[in-house]
Amino acid sequence: MNAKTSKRLNMKERYRIMTRDLGWEPSYQRYEDIFPQEGFEGIKITDWDQWEDPFRLTMDNYWKFQAEKERKLYAIFDAVSQNNGQMKISDPRYLNAVKLFITAVTPLEYNAYKGYARVGRQFGGVGARIACQMQSIDELRHTQTQIHAMSHYNKYFGGMHDFPHMFDRVWYLSVPKSFFEDASTAGPFEFLTAISFSFEYVLTNLLFLPFMSGAAYNGDMNTVTFGFSAQSDEARHMTLGLEIIKFILEQHEDNVPIVQQWLDKWLWRGYRLLSIVGMMMDYMLPNKVMSWAEAWTMYYEEAGGALFKELERYGIRPPKYADQTVIGKDHVSHQAWFIFYQYGHATAFNTWVPTAQEMDWLSEKYPDTFDRLYRPRFELLAEKAARGERFYNDALPQLCQVCQIPLAITEPDDDTLLSHRDTVHDGERYHFCSDGCRDIFHHEPEKYVQAWLPVHQILQGNCGGADMEKVIGDYYRIEMGEDNLDFEGSAEQRRWAAWKQAV
Amino acid sequence: MSRVFIALQDNENARFIVEAIGEDNPEAEVKHSPAMIRVEADDRLVIRRETVEEKLGRDWDTQELQVDMISIGGNVDEDDDSFTLYWNS
Ligand SMILES: [Fe+2]
Ligand SMILES: [Fe+2]
Ligand SMILES: [Zn+2]
Repeated sequence: MNAKTSKRLNMKERYRIMTRDLGWEPSYQRYEDIFPQEGFEGIKITDWDQWEDPFRLTMDNYWKFQAEKERKLYAIFDAVSQNNGQMKISDPRYLNAVKLFITAVTPLEYNAYKGYARVGRQFGGVGARIACQMQSIDELRHTQTQIHAMSHYNKYFGGMHDFPHMFDRVWYLSVPKSFFEDASTAGPFEFLTAISFSFEYVLTNLLFLPFMSGAAYNGDMNTVTFGFSAQSDEARHMTLGLEIIKFILEQHEDNVPIVQQWLDKWLWRGYRLLSIVGMMMDYMLPNKVMSWAEAWTMYYEEAGGALFKELERYGIRPPKYADQTVIGKDHVSHQAWFIFYQYGHATAFNTWVPTAQEMDWLSEKYPDTFDRLYRPRFELLAEKAARGERFYNDALPQLCQVCQIPLAITEPDDDTLLSHRDTVHDGERYHFCSDGCRDIFHHEPEKYVQAWLPVHQILQGNCGGADMEKVIGDYYRIEMGEDNLDFEGSAEQRRWAAWKQAV
Repeated sequence: MSRVFIALQDNENARFIVEAIGEDNPEAEVKHSPAMIRVEADDRLVIRRETVEEKLGRDWDTQELQVDMISIGGNVDEDDDSFTLYWNS
């Protein structure tokens, strides 16, 4: 070590002093009373001192680096708004991806902030508590910076005005909401396995990297900037996710089957949730970066493959049903967009049939599936729309009791048959999209029978009334003809054309 | 054998960091995509403070990497002199 670094404490020393040295042994309260949630999932921790944060980040440096990230970020937000950044985007259809982001993803950041604040309190180990504290603050920062980034677009475009309200009510937003609430209502170790490991380590690259590159490629400076700024924290969260899993597995062999069941569950939950991202990438980005199938190959099959090979030594096998995700990668984005297209009157964004050129790109990226299954469907929809019969589906779909996605996804071994499973519990029949979701239900039926399913709630009269106009307008606060419907003929399209003429 | 990787924002700092990585890890592969740079290698990738400082022409703290980094794959080991990504398997 050279003279410069030896003048002050080195990183390992500083980490020890600023984490372990902040803890103390309780003398007048019992450990189990202070950390009542640590034991109830069956996870056995024998020595919290084995917990290591590989970044060895301490609070002093944390504030220093976070402040620098914020300075860079807000300088760009200012530049974007001072230079009419909203006019630099590739195509006004692009903004619909941003609308989906603020309504579906930003509220998850807020839930992550609450989740880490809660579980951080529950761990006996100081290293774990401090890591959760930093992550909690990071997640609040992500919520705030995303709202700031998009508030500029909200001045010019529809669909973003009521995102927290919509998150709690709108049918498709119950998919991300129920995903996160499933994790938040689990014990602290399952929460970390679900969010830090399965979501952040295994799947978050699929959300942020292709999408942020896509934002850059479509001229959306605000989104790429907050995205990468958030992602710089995310790289730290991912590492923590991997360390957490290794730590739990090393602590006791009895932890292995518990963790395996969580990995099976949360990979499947995450995979279903990311159908929405697949659809954004393949259908909503006018300038495309990579296809969903390519992203899944690169970030799940290759990066995830290396990861699960690493975990083999602990007795962990790749998640159950991982092979179904590999089959599904050629279908899921097309099926998801078709769902949103037909319910495009109940969405807080516009939908459309891909252009001829976009369909050619999809054929090239999906040689085994697009021309055979999806092109004919979209061409028929385009024909109908051209005749003035744009197709909207007024029948409410059946939802999966676990992932809450409409049962409109095909069987892994037959891509012409919709996948549908059911089971009877306590005299009631429940429906599922897949074996994966049905397994999750069977493991904890008492939890999932309580699911707030948007379609059931509408039919029970709990969403503003019996007519869909009331549900969409009053209950969801989606303004008819302003926020929703086809992009062709939309208010957004008219405004964009007028602005472009004025320039 | 497995691939480790680091993705950096395509910015002024990253150019020099990537140059330093290339010098210390001759087998590393650099991939550019809009606004980001990804560097991959088999099993192991090391970023050395001294090499980065030489390229940047200024002092550089290994933890500063956190400002420019957007994703990683692999186990992490970091101290004052280097930042290492590796797989055991
Ligand atoms: Fe976040
Ligand atoms: Fe995070
Ligand atoms: Zn499901």
